Parts: sequence; structure tokens; C-alpha cells
Amino acid sequence: MEKKNYQFPDAAGHYGKYGGKFVPETLIAPLQELEEIYQLVKDDPSFQFELMQLHKDYSGRPTPLTFAGRLTKHFSKAKIYLKREDLCHTGAHKINNALGQILLAKKLGKKRIIAETGAGQHGVAVATVCAKFGLKCVVYMGEVDTQRQSLNVFRMKLLGAEVIPVTSGSKTLKDATNQAIRDWVTNVKDTHYIIGSVVGPHPYPMIVRDFQAIIGYETKEQIQQKENRLPDYLVACVGGGSNAMGIFYPFLNDKQIKMIGVEAAGYGLNTTKHSATLTLGREGIFHGMKTYLLQNKDGQVEEVHSISAGLDYPGVGPEHSLLKDISRVKYVSVTDDEALEATKLMTEREGILPALETAHAIAYLNYLMPSTLKNEIVIVNISGRGDKDLNTIIENLGKTK
Amino acid sequence: MIKKYIEEVTARREKVLSIFLTAGFPHKNDFVHLAEKVLQAGADMLEIGIPFSDPLADGPVIQYSSQTALENGVTIQDAFHFAEEIRKKSDKPLIAMTYANIVSNYGIDKFVTDASLSGFNGVIIPDLSLDEYDKFITFQKEDFDIILLATPTSSEKRIIALDEKSKGFVYYVSVTGTTGTRNGFTNEDISAMQKNRKLISQNKMLAGFGISSAENILQIQDFCDGVIVGSAVIKKLINNESYDSVASFVSELKKTCRIRE
Repeated sequence: MEKKNYQFPDAAGHYGKYGGKFVPETLIAPLQELEEIYQLVKDDPSFQFELMQLHKDYSGRPTPLTFAGRLTKHFSKAKIYLKREDLCHTGAHKINNALGQILLAKKLGKKRIIAETGAGQHGVAVATVCAKFGLKCVVYMGEVDTQRQSLNVFRMKLLGAEVIPVTSGSKTLKDATNQAIRDWVTNVKDTHYIIGSVVGPHPYPMIVRDFQAIIGYETKEQIQQKENRLPDYLVACVGGGSNAMGIFYPFLNDKQIKMIGVEAAGYGLNTTKHSATLTLGREGIFHGMKTYLLQNKDGQVEEVHSISAGLDYPGVGPEHSLLKDISRVKYVSVTDDEALEATKLMTEREGILPALETAHAIAYLNYLMPSTLKNEIVIVNISGRGDKDLNTIIENLGKTK
Repeated sequence: MIKKYIEEVTARREKVLSIFLTAGFPHKNDFVHLAEKVLQAGADMLEIGIPFSDPLADGPVIQYSSQTALENGVTIQDAFHFAEEIRKKSDKPLIAMTYANIVSNYGIDKFVTDASLSGFNGVIIPDLSLDEYDKFITFQKEDFDIILLATPTSSEKRIIALDEKSKGFVYYVSVTGTTGTRNGFTNEDISAMQKNRKLISQNKMLAGFGISSAENILQIQDFCDGVIVGSAVIKKLINNESYDSVASFVSELKKTCRIRE
């Protein structure tokens, strides 16, 4: 028996000193309403049944836990398993949250859905569930991202969503999020904001984590079946941090399991072009939450960089900030080039083309595996597939050749 | 000090006119001159925005001015310096407006102390909710007011709580939305304002967001103690209108604030 169980957030939505609700007063009422509805449905069997049916029949869950034989052989150390969120409908874990939240929106009686997106995976997932449930969908996307993820823009439009390019600030995910929040402040009466990661004001980080935790719960059951034991390591990439929270959360009380969150080091930590928030940031207040933040000495948010649009974010989920401070999760980073190499490695060794976001988690295996033992188990969360990144991969691998 | 000043204006049966300017916009070198002109033209108070890279309560106009100010190299120290200079020539209330990260990064103790020393009488932090207030505001000074915002979506209970905590006045956000994106008010907006004003008993209530003309002021002046105009002024500056033309716009607004029922 554990003496002390991990239990966050507190009633006010704080993860230690992080989290909370730093938003304009207009949004307090809808946040309270969202929290009330969520508390009601959380333990409501009919809601959970409906969601499980959708996961199963629409999204294709449970996703497999694949033994990566040739990758294991490549390192000749611990056994490597892959949690295959890339096989979810729409190609990434983002659908888990989108399905949960669209059911919440229905309960709230909201007719219009808005979302922000970076890589476009969350935007596609939201546009998909809106198509399925017949709700109007508006997706905010940084102009820079609409260019590097043009395939996903087209997909969203095909799904009937209106995609609004955001031209303010750095024209990436952070600005798309600002714009989505501004839309929500304006259209709060009929609109639900489906935020895409474990970020934003309370209760969002908690709700998104809970909807993503299905990744970890399935993993726990699957590894018990296959190996009759729990893993030794969990590895996941961290931008906002939803796929990582999803796989980590159900294991947080299993204290012997080591968890590693991999951030984007971009061109390198010694440059200004990275998104390694937990590695190099410090406490700040951003997008409604207190959390680690990449900011200059005056408190202005830095423009960040990652080859993967989904990790290109100067903040991070507040729960990760706590998990870092209490040393429950170790946060590391890998560069753009390392991620590209890892994309090749995974594709050649396992026949799985990972998203560039996911490739960051895979790249860290180069550092992790040498210190593991043959009888240990490492599980990597394959948060999404890489079809959307083919243009970027072709451009960049072409360059280095 | 702010409260007393507002009471003096309303005792003359006038509405308070508060004008928002972004610190160092359009230019750093003659911002103090612009601020003085606006005050001379009849503004009762000045709100000075300390720019933040991610102003999520602001519409495109103030976003643009904040971004330009940052590009002009405007820092929090500059804003304090502007206040010092303006204070030499005017006794009217000066209020800082900025986001929580700017304040917490500077340190709340240091912010309250330095802002107050430089001549500011209070601060408005649009993303500091009542829920976070106690943990955030760990240092206060008698003569430096933390002004809170109330909105049409706030519950009655919450408006009463906001009114109890707010000092200086209550900033009533008259429409849902960001700054400067709406023009004029629906009957629904006005009846919400009317209803909410009755709940506010500890403070005077100034209305902001969506007020861009004398007509707008006429629409709501029976239901508030004053108005705050920001984006409409900034828009003129973006369009390169002269400071004199901005000043005459301010005079015209203040004239409307003097019309007695």
C-alpha cells in the first residue's frame, strides 16, 4: 500500500503552486459550468458507456501495445514496447479528448465548437467529431502552421470546419490559442472551446488528462497480459503534454516506474530556437495557467521553435510543472535533427512512420537504452503517425543528404 | 485616491471619462506629451497599458499597439518613467493596466511599490481572477488600488464579492468579448448593466469595452458612473491622426459626459 497517493489538482484547480484560473472574468462562469457538468458525468455510467462505445466502434480502441522486436535488437538492451496511438482514428491520440469533450459540449447544450491547433492533429480530431455530431466547427491555426501542415488544413476543411489562419505574434500554436480564447470570450453563450492539450485554465488540464488517461489504463492492462508485470520506463514527448499525461497518469502511484518526458530542443538548447519549456523555462502565467514558461527577463513570452508544429509551444501543462518539481517525471530534450533521425530509425526498423512530435520520444532512446538492462521493459507512447509530416521530412532529410 | 476623485466628478453630476493609452505608443519619445494632451482635453483619468506579448483580453487594435510598443522597446520601467513625468503636471488618477505575468515576473511587492512611487494610483489586471486574487496579491499599499472587473456573465454572488474586494472602482465589462471589437450595445447588454449596477454598492462603476463614440456614451450613461475608452483612441493613433485630433475627440467625449439628464 502506498502511504500517500498522488491526488491533483486540488478543489481550486491547483497542482501545487501551478495551474489555477488566470482568465478574464467573462470566462469564469463557463469554466464553472464546464466543471460542474464534468463532475456530474465523470461518474455517470451512461456517459462513460457512450464514450467507451465511441472509443471502441468509432476510434478503434483499444490501440495495440506492439513489441518492437527489431528496435529492441538495435539497442540490445531492455525490451521496447510501443503504445500505438498512431492507429487511432484520425491518426493520433487527440481523438480521445475530442470525443470526450464533444459529449460534454452536447451536455452543455452548446452548438458551436472552437479549437486551436498546432500540427493540425487536434484540429482534425475536433473537426471529425463535429462532423459526426453535426456541430459547427471553427479551428484557429497559426499561419506558419497552416503552411507546414497544409494537408491537415485541407482535411479539416473537407470535414466541414472553418479554418482561420492566425497572423498575430509568432503565427503558431500560442497565437492560435490566444485567438481561440478571444473567440470564446466573445461567443461564450453558444460556444464550447475544446482545448487540445493539458493546458489552459482549470478545469481543462484535468479534463483533458482524464480523457487521455485511457492510454495509460490500457497500457497497464496490456503489459500485464504480455509480460505479467509493469514496465520500468515510460517515455513520451511533451509539447503541451497531453499524450504524456495520458500514459503517465495511471502509473503515477507505481513509484518504481521511471517516467521521461521529452521536449523539443529545436536547433539546440544553446540557441534561442527551441521549445524546451521545462528544461529552460521558469514560472510564469500564460493561457490561463501558472506553469513553466519560456519568457524573457521582462516576462514577455518567447518565440519558440520546433520542427514539429505540435511541440512548438512556449508553455506546458501545469501538472507537468508539478511533476518536474517533485521529481516524479524526468524532463529531457532532443533536437530537430535527432527527431528526424529517429523518424528514419523507427520507419526502417519497425515499419511505423511516427509523427515528428512522437519522434522526439523515440530519439531519446539513444540516451536511455544504454543504461537499461535486458530484463527491463521500456514503453514508448507512439502518440501519432507521420503522414502529415511527409513534406517536412522530405525537405529536411533531403537537406542532410 | 481614485475613489475620492471619481466621487468629486460624479458629485458635479458628470460621468467620469477614463482614457486608455498603450505605454510608448505610437512613439516612446513623445508619449508623455500625448498623455498630457489627453488629460488637458478633458480625460478625468488615464489608464496606461504596459504591453504584454500575449494580451488575450484585447482585440486587434490594442494587440497591435502592444506589439508595436514592444517593438519600440517599451518596458515596465519605461511605463513607470512615463507615470513619473505625467505626475509632475497632473493630479488626476493614473492607472496601470497589464497582465498577470508582467506583474508576477516583476514581483508583486516590487510592482506595487515601484508603480506607486512612480505616480500610479492603481492597477487593472484583466487575467487576474477573483479565484487567484488572494494567492497573487500578497502585498498591498493603502494608496494603491487593485481594481477588479465584473462582466455580464458574472453571477450576482460574484459581482457582490468582486465589489467587496475591488478598490478605486469596479471596471464593468459591458459586453462579452475583447476590447474594441464591438460598437454600441444591445438592449440585453444595457439591462444586464442596469441590473449589475444595483449590486455594486461599495464602489463606483465605470463601464468599458465597446465604447467608441459619444453616441455609445449617451446609450449607457444613465447606468454607470463613467466610461473607459481605449481602442477608439488607439485606432486614431494607428491611423496617424495628429495628437490634436485625438485631443479634440477626447474633448467631445467629455462634453457628452457632462450632459445632465
